[in-house]
Amino acid sequence: MKMMKKTLLAASVAAFASTAAMANVTDGKVKIGVLADMGGTYADVCGPGCVTAIEMAVEDFGGTVLGAPIEVVSADDQLKPDVGSAIVRKWIEDEQVDAVGGLVSSAVTGAATKVLTDAKKIALISTSASNAFTTKACSPYNVHWTYNVVALANGTVKPMVEAGKKKWFFITADYAFGHALEGVASKVINENGGEVVGAARAPLGTTDFSSYILQAQSSGADVVALANAGNDTVNSLKAASEFGLTQMMDVAGLLVFTPNAQAMDPNVAGGMRTTTGFYWDLDDQTREWSKRFMERHGAIPAMGHAGAYSMTMHYLKAIEAAGTDESDAVMKKMKEMKPDDFFARNATLRADGRMVHDMYYVEIKKPEERRDSNDIFKVVSVIPGDQAFAPMLPECDFK
Amino acid sequence: MKINKFYLALLLLALVAPFFLYPVFLAKLLCFALFACAFNLMLGYVGLLSFGHAAFLGTGGYVTGWLMMNSGLTPELAILLGTVAAGLLGAIFGKLSVKREGIYFAMVTLALSQLVFFIYLQAPFTGGEDGMQGVPRGNLFGVIDLSDNINMYYFVLAIFLFGFWLVHRTIHSPFGQILKGIRENEARATSLGYNVNDYKWVAFTISSALAGLAGSTKTLVFQLASLTDVHWHMSGEVVLMTLVGGVGTILGPVVGAGVIVTMQNYLSGGELGNYLHIIMGFIFVVCVLAFRSGIVGELQKVWKRNFG
Repeated sequence: MKMMKKTLLAASVAAFASTAAMANVTDGKVKIGVLADMGGTYADVCGPGCVTAIEMAVEDFGGTVLGAPIEVVSADDQLKPDVGSAIVRKWIEDEQVDAVGGLVSSAVTGAATKVLTDAKKIALISTSASNAFTTKACSPYNVHWTYNVVALANGTVKPMVEAGKKKWFFITADYAFGHALEGVASKVINENGGEVVGAARAPLGTTDFSSYILQAQSSGADVVALANAGNDTVNSLKAASEFGLTQMMDVAGLLVFTPNAQAMDPNVAGGMRTTTGFYWDLDDQTREWSKRFMERHGAIPAMGHAGAYSMTMHYLKAIEAAGTDESDAVMKKMKEMKPDDFFARNATLRADGRMVHDMYYVEIKKPEERRDSNDIFKVVSVIPGDQAFAPMLPECDFK
Repeated sequence: MKINKFYLALLLLALVAPFFLYPVFLAKLLCFALFACAFNLMLGYVGLLSFGHAAFLGTGGYVTGWLMMNSGLTPELAILLGTVAAGLLGAIFGKLSVKREGIYFAMVTLALSQLVFFIYLQAPFTGGEDGMQGVPRGNLFGVIDLSDNINMYYFVLAIFLFGFWLVHRTIHSPFGQILKGIRENEARATSLGYNVNDYKWVAFTISSALAGLAGSTKTLVFQLASLTDVHWHMSGEVVLMTLVGGVGTILGPVVGAGVIVTMQNYLSGGELGNYLHIIMGFIFVVCVLAFRSGIVGELQKVWKRNFG
C-alpha cells in the first residue's frame, strides 16, 4: 500500500512536472521551418536533403521535447530573397514557427535573418557561406554552423599561394556569397604575397560560362578561382575544360559540395583541392549516419545536410536543457553546451553564433583512385577550427 | 444603385478581412491588384500591351526603399517620391514607345525595361541579387506605427482604393472615352482631330506612375525591394493576372491578381510547389482558349444574359 502511494505520488509529480514543462513551450509545440532551394541551382546541396536531415534529427531526438511535439514544415525559397523573407514572415506571424533551419543562398539568408532577428526567433544556418551573419550582419539569434567563406579561403587559397601560385583570377557568383568569398580570398592572397589580376562576375544560375572563361584565359593568371557553388561550379569547370583552360592554368574550386563533385568529370576535376566541413567517408561515425541518410535521400550527404542534422540536434538538446523554447534562453544554452557528434569535432559555438570546428582540406580523387561513384574526396589534412575561422569581432560578442 | 451597393459590400469585406486572413498576404494581394489595374489601363482601355511594366514596379520599390533607409522621410513621402520617379521614367519610356503599335510597342517596352533591369542589377545601391534588405516601415505621418501588420494593411487598403478610384475616374472621364475611341478605331480618332500619340503618352504615364505606387507600397509591406520586381517575369505575370481576371473590365485585374497571388501563396508551400508554373501555364491556356474575356468578363456576360 505504502509502495502504491509512493508510486502514485511519483507519477503525479512526474505528470505535474511534464505539464509544467509543456507550459514553457509556447503554443504547446516546437515548430522548425526548413527554408531551402527545392528545385534550383543549390537543390542538391541543401534542398529536399536538408528537410530529410532535419526530420531525421527530430526523429532521432524522439519526436518530442519537454513533452511537446516537434513539427517540421518546409518551403522553397526559389533562391529569391523576397520569396524567402515572405515565407519566414508568414511562418513566424501566422504559423508559430520557433526556429528556421536549412538556409542556403546567402542572399535569402540575409533577408530571412533580418526578419527572424526582428521577431527574436532563431536562425539555424547550415549551408550559407557568407561570413556576414557573424560579422557585419551579426545577431544574437544567428547560429552559423557548417562552414563559411573565411574557412574556405584559409583552407584552399592559403596553401596554394604558399606553394608559389601568386597570380589569381576569379570567376565569381554575382551576389552576396560570391562577393564575400572573393573579398575574403583576395585578402588571403594579398597577405601571403600573391596578387589578384582580375575578376569576372557571373549571375547566379549562369549556364554558359564561355565568355568568363575567355576573360580568365587572357588574364595571365596562375590560378583561376571559382568563387561560386552548386551547379555553377559544375558548369564553369566544364566550360574551363572545354576551352582548354585546365591545361593552361590551375583551377581552384573554392566551394565544392560532394553532390557537385560527383557530377564533375573525374578526369577534369581529379586532383583539384578544396575545403569542406564534412565528408561522409571520414570514419565509422560519419559512415553510420551517412548510410542512414543515403537510405532515405538516395544520395550521399553534402556538408550542409550533415550540418543541418547536427545543429537541429543541438537546438533540441538546448531546449531540453533550458526547459523552455524561449529564444534567448535557448541561445544561451546552445552557446554553453559543446556540440559533439559525428559532424562537430573539437567544436564550440561562439558567442557570435559561429560554430567553430575542424575543417578538412581534401583532394578530389582521380578516376583510377575511385572504388565507386560515391568515393570522391581524400582528406589531405585536418584544419583545426581556430585556424580555419576568423576570430570573433568584439561588437558581435552576444554573451 | 445596384453597382454602388456591390462596391460597398466589397469595401466592407476588405475592411473586415484582416481579422480572418493573414494581413501581410492581403496587403500583398492589394499591391498586385493595384499593379494589375495600372497595367489594365493600358491593355484594356488603350489596347496597347506593355511588356515592361515591371520596370515601373521596381523603380517605385527601389526609390522608396532607398529613401526609407537613407533619408529619414516618413513613409507617405517616400511612397509619393517613388511614385513620381516611376511616373517620370514612364513618361520617358512612353514618349519613346507610343509611336509604335502592337508587337513593336511590346518589344520596345520590353527592351527598355531590360535596360532598367541591368542597371539595377549592377548599381550598388540596389544590392544586386541580394536586394535591398531590411527597409524600415517607419511611422505614417510620423505618428502611426506601420510595423503593426493591421495598421500596414489599412494603409495599403487606402492606397489601393485611391489607385482604384483614379483608374475608375480616368476610364469614365472624357479622356477615358477618347482612349477607348483610340482602342476601337485609331484612324477615326485621328481624323476627328485628336492627337492620338499624346493621349497614349498621358495614359502610359498614369499607368506607370500607378505601377510605381504599387511597387513602393509593396516594398514597405515586405521591407524588401529585389530584382524579382524588375525582372521580365513580373511583366509577364501582370499580363497573366489581367487576362485571367478579364481585360478591359474595371474589377477584372483585381480578381485576376487575387487568383494568381492566392495560388502562388498556397501552392508554393505544399506538395504542388514544384508544379506551380505548370499549373499557372495550364490556367493561362484554358483562359485563352475557353473564356477569353476572363473571369469577370464571363460573369458579366452571364449577368447580362439572365438579368440585363
